[in-house]
Amino acid sequence: MRSVSIIGAGLTEFGEHWERSFRELIAEAGIKAIQDSGIEGKDIQAAYGGCMASGRFIGQEHIGALIADQLGLNPIPSTRLEAACASGGVALRNAYLAIASGAHDVVAVGGIEKMTEISTEEAAIALGGAGDQETELFHGASFPALYALMARRHMHEFKTTEEQLASVSVKNHKNAVNNPYAQFRKEISLEQVMNSGYVASPLKLLDCSPITDGAAAIILCESEKARQFCENPVEIIASAQASDSLALSGRAVLTELKATLAAAKGAYMQAGITADMIDFAEVHDCFTIAEILAIEDLGFVHKGSGGKATEDGETAIDGRIPINTSGGLKAKGHPVGATGIAQSIEAYYQLRGRAKERQLKEAEIGLTHNVGGSGATAVVHIFRKLEGKR
Amino acid sequence: MTVPLVWRNYPERYNLLGNFCENCGSAYFPARPVCPKCRRKGRLVVQEMPHTGKIISFTEVFVAPEGFENEAPYFLALIELDNGAKILSQIVDSKREKIRIGAKVDKCFRKIADNDKEGAIAYGYKFKIIE
Repeated sequence: MRSVSIIGAGLTEFGEHWERSFRELIAEAGIKAIQDSGIEGKDIQAAYGGCMASGRFIGQEHIGALIADQLGLNPIPSTRLEAACASGGVALRNAYLAIASGAHDVVAVGGIEKMTEISTEEAAIALGGAGDQETELFHGASFPALYALMARRHMHEFKTTEEQLASVSVKNHKNAVNNPYAQFRKEISLEQVMNSGYVASPLKLLDCSPITDGAAAIILCESEKARQFCENPVEIIASAQASDSLALSGRAVLTELKATLAAAKGAYMQAGITADMIDFAEVHDCFTIAEILAIEDLGFVHKGSGGKATEDGETAIDGRIPINTSGGLKAKGHPVGATGIAQSIEAYYQLRGRAKERQLKEAEIGLTHNVGGSGATAVVHIFRKLEGKR
Repeated sequence: MTVPLVWRNYPERYNLLGNFCENCGSAYFPARPVCPKCRRKGRLVVQEMPHTGKIISFTEVFVAPEGFENEAPYFLALIELDNGAKILSQIVDSKREKIRIGAKVDKCFRKIADNDKEGAIAYGYKFKIIE
């Protein structure tokens, strides 16, 4: 397998883009990534795009071809990948494999979702399709309800509190203040989270990531060639993906995601490192409980202690293991197909020293963790600065 | 929800028909095409699930997906049936203070949804707390 590096990145602001179309968002992110990378359009040999539910959200399918068309890249092969909220992470992994395998040298990979063109109730149905339609959504299990079942069990087994869940939101909103692309660039207090209404108890409105429009794109290049285009590429030193039962009823336990455990194990093995060597991570906090499960399953804290670790500031930007310096899905926003790519862009910015006010002092190795559904897909990538001669 | 889907799932939703692997003794609901533990060695036979079990976790849904707006708020629970199979269901006809982890539940037959464009009304299982 050949080494693969990121040489450029671009993203749109995340938020409610009522005035702009799906294809305009794709074009903005894609063109920014190409310009940032120093390549030209003609250098790109293939494109991959993550998108969960454009058919439901805007009535448009065939997103692979649309991406190449909008970016003026025809006739390169261009493929859409779907794995619910992990669509972006899966697209990244497939683009990575295309270069690692030797099939291509330079590949564009993006993620997109335009979620605000339909009502919140319709969006809930579209997102509910990430779980098991026949045994969950059919019975009225909204997506927050599935994570609420996990949260309640975690509270039962480990004495995790609603305040500890809320502290995830407070931290991520604080981080988003310094992210110009974030949907919610304002701090919220613990009281505000606790006083927000229940969506599905014990999860409240401010425990949930929002509905967001946005696109993100990066350019990947074989690492030997990467230096021709870019002074300081960021190498992808691990890419791992795992699956689990679509429905919660198929899981032996509710307080861990087996797909995350498997993907993390594979990624740490590929990179030849352990969890304690990770300097920072972008994890999938679609709900506050999801971040707590993630930091436990990725090995940053012991199982059951994720709530307390967050409350104690261990995952704050100045803590032992900074989590979601971008603001995470909660505050940066969660355009589902774009999320996996946006996470990798935060890792890229941190490792290249381009994260400005939220820049970490010691950022050598970063990890991203993208989850589909209630944990039926998990994708883990690990990044570091490309070493070797300039 | 579509008419063929509602019709196709009558045995599962009316009678809790799942299946059981005679090789390893695992019960599955809904029925699985392959026993994930035994794969080709598995011997799957149709089996009706027990109608009683206990709550593993629960939530009260306040913001409902389309089609359930009139039901909200309602309780959902993940239930472990007496044979070990798990099932997600609404909890109805029960005092809210009785709905807790470990509570025993029994299956009942209820209307699930009536928002189908062609007018099909979907029935199926819900569960209630038993003392």
